[in-house]
Amino acid sequence: MTQSYDEITLTPITNRDSTVNKTGGWRTLRPVIDVEKCIKCWNCWKFCPDMSIIINRGKELPEVDYDYCKGCGICVHECPVDAIVMEKEV
Amino acid sequence: MKKVITGNKATAYGVKVCRPKVIAAYPITPQTTIVEYIADFIADGSLESKFVKVESEHSAMAACIAAQNTGVRTFTATSAHGLALMHEMLHWAAAARTPVVMVNANRAMGPPWSIWADHLDSISQRDTGWIQTYCENSQEILDTIIMSYKIAENRKVMLPALLNEDAFYLTHTAEAVDIPDQELVDEFLPDFEPRYKIDTEEPFGFGSLVMPDNYYEFRYNIARAMEASKELTREAVQEFAELFGRDYHGLIEEYRTDDAEFILMGMGTLVSTARDAIDELRDEGHKVGLVKVRSFRPFPLEEMRDLASRIKSIAIMERVYAFGNRGPLFNEVCGAVYNSGHRPFLKNYIIGIGGRDVRVQDVKNVYLDLLKETEGADDGIPEEELNWYGLVGPGGD
Repeated sequence: MTQSYDEITLTPITNRDSTVNKTGGWRTLRPVIDVEKCIKCWNCWKFCPDMSIIINRGKELPEVDYDYCKGCGICVHECPVDAIVMEKEV
Repeated sequence: MKKVITGNKATAYGVKVCRPKVIAAYPITPQTTIVEYIADFIADGSLESKFVKVESEHSAMAACIAAQNTGVRTFTATSAHGLALMHEMLHWAAAARTPVVMVNANRAMGPPWSIWADHLDSISQRDTGWIQTYCENSQEILDTIIMSYKIAENRKVMLPALLNEDAFYLTHTAEAVDIPDQELVDEFLPDFEPRYKIDTEEPFGFGSLVMPDNYYEFRYNIARAMEASKELTREAVQEFAELFGRDYHGLIEEYRTDDAEFILMGMGTLVSTARDAIDELRDEGHKVGLVKVRSFRPFPLEEMRDLASRIKSIAIMERVYAFGNRGPLFNEVCGAVYNSGHRPFLKNYIIGIGGRDVRVQDVKNVYLDLLKETEGADDGIPEEELNWYGLVGPGGD
């Protein structure tokens, strides 16, 4: 809805953070982790630019947060044991 | 306290008395000594401020914007290519409504590489939403910094301000400058109190996405704020004159324009040369005055229309050319007077590009050409409305 120029703030200000904006839908390829190969070096977690690698504390394994992963493939590039592959989204 | 100092040192003193809390800058000739002098003030404890050394001008402006969002006053300075590199962030500073104050040492854009005076750098930033002021001497730079914070931080404005000083003619030339008392500056300039600021107790996002339903009104408010700054500038100049004893007149200054039929118009240091030319021409009996354009953004529309109603002819002298269509100030003046119902004869003189020397005799020659052209004009239409003054063509000079 359009608000009057007298009612709006000087610049758009919001109390919602960007987690409401689920960017996983931008993905064309998805990273899939082979947990058998994973050596738990956490390179994927360190290098992910979107904080979309989650460390599952219980299982002591990395997991991909597909709500926000944009499918850039940096984790695949950084994995020293080729435990991550990119698969086509369907 | 009077000191004989360069324009860059006067700038540093102007910043010091305004006490910004964050200064972020990247060196570029001929601006560099401004931030070096400021760094000295911080080092010797006379200015309490955080100096942020950044990796580029783009980052300098980004750092200032972010600091302003926490509710503190900031400052930066740059020149030419540095200003150009800031371009994206200049739009951001204005639309994020962060009243950053910046001094730009007006320098030519390359290639060919040049470090000398030229207005293309700042004029190229015309539409970014920054207030733009052009200064004639070092005292004016210092004083305008103080006035700029007051105007820019007013809640009706909340827009950044760019002050321009000509490379070397001001930046590196020493002259007597009065440094105002801190108590007087504190009386004139209130603390910066923005309505919204970053608060870790209550987190907010600034400058977020809006849909086409809302964007338009945000832009309209920038236009409105720029318009409001006109009256606030006139008021600030008057208040400054009462308190400090130096009168900058407003968005423009008229010099010896009483009974003038002809006007020479310009911005920056051209104006101080033109003052001497006017004095000589007046002594010789010519009815000619001078108009100094201090504020390029907002443009002094009302002042130009008033001027158009009183005079016959204007020579618009510029240290810049807007490639493809005349000098930018010429275009602005044409646009301003078109609907005024008055039609003075306007002629554009491109002069002093890339720091080429402009002498008193050059300004007098401009007037003499204007006089000849006005008198010879058929129905007020100039035979030649654009003159590249002093340009060397085939056959040499």
